[in-house]
Amino acid sequence: MKRVGLFIPCYVDQFYPNAGIATYQLLKKLGLDVTYPTGQTCCGQPMANSGFEHLTGDCNQLFVDNFAEFDYIVSPSGSCVLHLKEHLHTEKSEPQAAAIRTKVYELVEFLVDVLQVKNLKAKFPYKVGLHQSCHGQRGLLLTQMSELVAPYFSKPQQLLAQVEGLELINLKREDECCGFGGTFCVVEEAVSVKMGKDRVKDHQANGAEYITGADMSCLMHMEGILKRENSNVKVLHIAEILNAG
Amino acid sequence: MSTTAKTHPELSEVFNKDEQRVNWHDETLWWIRQKRDKSAHSIPEWEVLREKASQIKNNALSNLAEYLVSFEEKALANGIIVHWAADAQEHNQIVHQILQKHDIRQLVKSKSMLTEECHLNEYLEKQGLEVIDSDLGERIVQLAKEPPSHIVLPCIHKKKEEIGDLFHQHLGVAAGTSDPQILTEAARVHLRETFLTRRAALTGVNFAIAETGEFVVCTNEGNADMGAHLADVHIACMGIEKIIPKRKHLGVFLRLLARSATGQPITTYSSHFKKPRAGQEMHLVLVDNGRTVQMGREDFRASLKCIRCGACMNTCPVYRRSGGHSYHYAISGPIGAILAPNLDREKYADLPFASTLCGSCSNVCPVKIDIHQQLYKWRQVIVQEGYATSGKKMSMKIMNYTLSSPGVYKTAGKAGRWVLKYIPFAVNNHFNPWYKQREMPEVPKESFGEWYKKNVK
Ligand code: SF4
Repeated sequence: MKRVGLFIPCYVDQFYPNAGIATYQLLKKLGLDVTYPTGQTCCGQPMANSGFEHLTGDCNQLFVDNFAEFDYIVSPSGSCVLHLKEHLHTEKSEPQAAAIRTKVYELVEFLVDVLQVKNLKAKFPYKVGLHQSCHGQRGLLLTQMSELVAPYFSKPQQLLAQVEGLELINLKREDECCGFGGTFCVVEEAVSVKMGKDRVKDHQANGAEYITGADMSCLMHMEGILKRENSNVKVLHIAEILNAG
Repeated sequence: MSTTAKTHPELSEVFNKDEQRVNWHDETLWWIRQKRDKSAHSIPEWEVLREKASQIKNNALSNLAEYLVSFEEKALANGIIVHWAADAQEHNQIVHQILQKHDIRQLVKSKSMLTEECHLNEYLEKQGLEVIDSDLGERIVQLAKEPPSHIVLPCIHKKKEEIGDLFHQHLGVAAGTSDPQILTEAARVHLRETFLTRRAALTGVNFAIAETGEFVVCTNEGNADMGAHLADVHIACMGIEKIIPKRKHLGVFLRLLARSATGQPITTYSSHFKKPRAGQEMHLVLVDNGRTVQMGREDFRASLKCIRCGACMNTCPVYRRSGGHSYHYAISGPIGAILAPNLDREKYADLPFASTLCGSCSNVCPVKIDIHQQLYKWRQVIVQEGYATSGKKMSMKIMNYTLSSPGVYKTAGKAGRWVLKYIPFAVNNHFNPWYKQREMPEVPKESFGEWYKKNVK
């Protein structure tokens, strides 16, 4: 049986363990041999996106040491996965790093493209808004982008459609960025928050009870805004919905 | 606007003080982005056209020297007087000298972002010359003594009431007028007078054709034609990257330009200038101003493919909510943020960070510039060259130390969820910017790692 290494990004590990647990349980339910290498920390993206890619060497090496042995590496975070695919390099173990770049998957991508899941048996009877995180959508091509003249598809929608009782709401702006953007959220606080407020408003205006997505970081940003507004709308990582019921 | 605020975050914070204005700015530009989408989707071969345009531009850049020489040769044969300017200063001097030679003290200009880049207006005004921008939007910002905030929609940040006030002050319309029809009419009368009395006209150049030595100027108001046709002296200024090899390539760009810019099928006027009319003098100034340096930077060279349609600004969620002036450079938005650091890394060190790297800009760009990838690359260059703040450097070092060692990471995580402080909010070692308008995530009892240890292994 192929072995799956579970990569739980640092902020999910520390703040949103439930998203990690749901990912783990979901993969187990689907009959996979899943291991969480306990020596892992982070993919290095926060440093690289801030212009400090040159400092990520040790972090990258640690990642390779933890994950080189697996057939697949799966993670519930589009932006971390995209970062690994585009920028994971090491001095010592470049062949292993190169292999990891091709076998690391974001969870939705893994479920749809590799496992080709058609029948999830999940239940979530609520109105849900889907936030398309940019790195997942435009980087990993989880969903067609509204700017391109090309046929529409959406991998997260394909999965959410298998969830019993779930009603996916429409949004006015289908794939607008939420403004999280890694360190952008503090360096550009004013614009980041305004983007987040607008994003959240679109979901609220269309009756969402939950906002979900394949990137916990965007959800964390929107959750911060929702809570400040005392809104009833909640955020849940897509793994938690796909694992519900 | 505060004069001490200089960086993009500071300037956008000021812009965001008026949330209604931000909403309106965002919605107006989004409306244009939707018009662009509709227009693009009406052409099934849109993506093929983008690819063609990109390839033509790649070819033009790869053979730039050859095309420029051929262009100059043809242009000279057509009777155009050709000048070369190494930088902004030289460009301004050349224009000034042409005007001096004819003893002309007033210049009517049609929109040209290159002259904005070179600060031509300021320069000529210092020499005692009068410059009138003839594009309506440009004229409005000129009256307000502001630079344009958008390359296609220069006064998109201004509401019609504010324009009414300006016209009341400068053009004598009644106080409190905000009817666009009346305002446009007032501007038209004022500009007509300008066109009829100015002896020199300056236009930009959208495309210069190496094969024929002619150039094309696209406007919606016909103001370039009016200026150029009525003036004794026509000066056209262009960046050297505006060259396209052949006339037949023009169709590709004209189909893409207006659709990307405003959603129109084509700009109202696409005027071809090939030779001066009898009795007229036609000058063309070819400007480098950092372009050959950018050509030499492999990672950033593609930024020179830009045809200045403005689509990347309209689609950019950050631009829409921060306004063009927050970029403090002649060309704002995503493309400005990759062009500006070429000219001055220190002054524009903030701009490549004014993005979430969402990638929408690269997708709308009609010539397929990898804008968001270049933003990422500029960040690396800027940090490597030492333009990051010391707080940021320190927090990155701490982050690296922590993340490179599972032991340190776990201890730090336990000790009050260390990550709260540093990830992904890794700047300045304090958390305030997050908390200002957002709640913190609730801290869970245990991390995923701890759960796993207990429940699985
Ligand atoms: S970078 Fe592309 S989208 Fe932006 S103005 Fe230039 S051509 Fe248009």
